[in-house]
Amino acid sequence: MMKDVTGRVIGQTPLKAGYWALDVEAPGVAEAAQPGQFVHVRVPGLEPAALRRPFSIYGAQGSILKLLYKTVGRGTAQMNRLAPGDPMQVIGPLGNGFPLAPQGSPLLVAGGYGVAPLSFLAERLPVKGVALIGGRTADDVLAVADFERLGWSVRVATQDGSLGETGLVTVPLDRELARVREAGVTPELFACGPDGLLRAVGERAVQTGCRGWLSLDKHMVCGVGACLACVQTLRRADGTEWIGRVCHDGPIFEAREIVW
Amino acid sequence: MSDLDMQVDLGGIRMKNPVTVASGTFGYGKEYAELIDVTRLGAITVKGIRLQPWPGNRLPRHVEVPGGMVNAIGLQGPGVEGFARDYMPFLRTTGVPVIVNIWGTSEEEYAEVARRLSEVEGVSGLELNISCPNVKEGGHAFGTDPQTVASLVAAVRRATRLPLMPKLAPNVPDIRLFVRAAQEAGADALALINTLPAMVIDIETRRPVLANKVGGLSGLAIHPVAVKLVWEAAQAARVPLLAMGGIVGPEQAIEFLVAGASAVAVGTANFIDPTTPLRVLEGIEAYLRRHGMNTVAALTGSLRTE
Repeated sequence: MMKDVTGRVIGQTPLKAGYWALDVEAPGVAEAAQPGQFVHVRVPGLEPAALRRPFSIYGAQGSILKLLYKTVGRGTAQMNRLAPGDPMQVIGPLGNGFPLAPQGSPLLVAGGYGVAPLSFLAERLPVKGVALIGGRTADDVLAVADFERLGWSVRVATQDGSLGETGLVTVPLDRELARVREAGVTPELFACGPDGLLRAVGERAVQTGCRGWLSLDKHMVCGVGACLACVQTLRRADGTEWIGRVCHDGPIFEAREIVW
Repeated sequence: MSDLDMQVDLGGIRMKNPVTVASGTFGYGKEYAELIDVTRLGAITVKGIRLQPWPGNRLPRHVEVPGGMVNAIGLQGPGVEGFARDYMPFLRTTGVPVIVNIWGTSEEEYAEVARRLSEVEGVSGLELNISCPNVKEGGHAFGTDPQTVASLVAAVRRATRLPLMPKLAPNVPDIRLFVRAAQEAGADALALINTLPAMVIDIETRRPVLANKVGGLSGLAIHPVAVKLVWEAAQAARVPLLAMGGIVGPEQAIEFLVAGASAVAVGTANFIDPTTPLRVLEGIEAYLRRHGMNTVAALTGSLRTE
């Protein structure tokens, strides 16, 4: 059940250039949070009429939520000025979250700050797997140590070759898919990142005949399914289409559900 | 609590207090039911419904601007049958009057939606959307000419005995002409204002931000515009007014009541702070006590202009 609480900033730490991890005490929200869900945050210090901002949950321990963000606009710039003790209104946990009982060997595919919910997922999954982390440059490759600490294998790809192998994260993904296929293992894909990445992962899930769980990122207003700003055309098992709300019916959808 | 009379009769819609929500900002009620006690609202106003399901506009459908937002959702909705089947069961459990916002692309469609909703148990009144800036063929086309408004209201009036409340467009030269046209054609109440037609351009790409190119401005920024229109409308109105536009707390709501409104609706602020309608309600009660008033009706139209 979602809650609307006044949280308290614990602190924030820099990750890479422009990327931050923010800890906020949000009792009732953090305890219930599942990987893939998100919170809707009212950033203190913005004007009172400013809309809330959605953030996927990077981690949750006890009553503390961890968020990962990149300073891209005035909302995140203001978030960056928050100090320990500052109050912050948080609605959550929202959305459906990733399934936590994979049928196959988990392959996690992240692009940029899309790694946030996947790090939380790796922590909560009952089995270990492989995390594939992509970014434009080395500065966009985040949270590698999170997965290594949990005993996961990590493959890194950057578009400019400044870290790991050169190219899109689909390069190591295709190699991993071939490897598990040779081993006779069914993979299960989990992805979060830009639409291009999600689409590429979804296509591979269909080709491979495995399940692919994609976390969609759409601009949101209400976060609870009321305003219909973040809709997505979806396909049912019988082939008929419907219009879902990413905030309420997602943000996680199986690859075959999405009508791109 | 019990010392105050907060009841409002909004043209036959019996509200236990003057606070409702604006159509399109509160879904169908249940979306917010985990965050606020919706049974405390004076009424629940649901998102616009036409005869058949409607997909709405392409994305992006909204953009934040200083003091509010511009939206072009495009009246996505489940159609009248889908609404009655999927959303009315929850709404009936709230015990709160349900105001259904309706629209169409012809007088006949408006009338047919009204006729069908008249047979749905739990519908307390109809808000006629004649002012949505985001759908070409419906909504707005009906709202910018007094004769068209009169004809449409009369057509819907013949189709239903439910309380009828046209929602007026703000971008007209003289709102009083529309007030008179609507009430003479049989409106029981009037709602105002809808969003103001607006546009935002991304200067880097030189493209409109919204897929629909234009949308409707809502939020705190439009409140003074709405107050002026409510005040003007009240001078011509014989029927009660439901005022909305930029309410973020009790102060804006009280302004509307003083200007002549009988009830108020919280809109965009629901997205920012879902507790706003209840804060508004409590704030109005506190205001009445502070000013030694014991009915909210006494506040309506109490503007002093000397």
